[in-house]
Amino acid sequence: MKLTVNGKVHEVAATTLAELLAALDYEGDWLATAVNSELVHKANRAEFRLSDGDRIEILSPMQGG
Amino acid sequence: MFDLLGTSLASRLLLGTAQYPSPAILAEAVKASGASAVTVSLRREMAGGGAGEQFWSLIRSLGVRILPNTAGCHSVKEAVTTAKMAREVFGTNWIKLEVIGNHDTLQPDVFGLVEAARILCEDGFDVFPYTTDDLVVAERLLEAGCQVLMPWCAPIGSALGPINIPALRSMRAHFPGVPLIVDAGLGRPSHAATVMELGFDAVLLNTAVAKAADPVGMARAFGKAVEAGREAFNSGMLEPQDVAVPSTPTIGRAVFS
Repeated sequence: MKLTVNGKVHEVAATTLAELLAALDYEGDWLATAVNSELVHKANRAEFRLSDGDRIEILSPMQGG
Repeated sequence: MFDLLGTSLASRLLLGTAQYPSPAILAEAVKASGASAVTVSLRREMAGGGAGEQFWSLIRSLGVRILPNTAGCHSVKEAVTTAKMAREVFGTNWIKLEVIGNHDTLQPDVFGLVEAARILCEDGFDVFPYTTDDLVVAERLLEAGCQVLMPWCAPIGSALGPINIPALRSMRAHFPGVPLIVDAGLGRPSHAATVMELGFDAVLLNTAVAKAADPVGMARAFGKAVEAGREAFNSGMLEPQDVAVPSTPTIGRAVFS
């Protein structure tokens, strides 16, 4: 299915958010995820099923003022 | 010590972490300033990248309180989701809430700000709203559940310093029991000292330190100015007057003619 991850379209075989993170080489405790503008807690990523067209944001700590 | 929402902070200076020449200079500047808290953001992580991890590890090593922010958010939805994501990553209920209303002035969208503040306060956040010096907006933010207010004193990054001192003074007078932190617009240490002399509880600044020729030296200077301003406020300053008053006693003065 086609997903938009951090603004870029990806064609992926992953069916859950956890699988998607692994497939795209994202790992670490410092990541936060949202699907279609709603937070998905780290603990829920393994069971969170993705749908075609979902928009995923994967964020991490960054400098800010 | 400075008590902020039940947390005891050693300094009334809070620093931003952006725009420093290097991570090492950022770390040195935070230490030199004595800042008790730093504000940090969330941004898109690159696949396979470790930028976020490196930065987070540096910030944790500083041993200061973390104030995550929603910098750059232009809608209530963006700000609320970013705040929730920040809580998950940084493990704190504190959030500096920014809902930007104008691309050029970076002025807060105060209507969206109040709405987002209400949602986040109901969700258990300690919301630090980046707002203007408008008293009615301040009232609404307090009604929404905010226990601290962060008025600008000039536009973000402008370095203009307090451009409306009567408005700041009025805000201080209207909300005597509310922690007020001047956030944005400070350009030099004397600006920080000025708002602290007005009785503001703390200041939050970034660009004035990060973009100085010597950020570490400037951080130290701001640390001293914040302390000096607070001590002056606590010590009771003289009111200015239009006539001269001799400081040396006139009694006992010699007469030679």
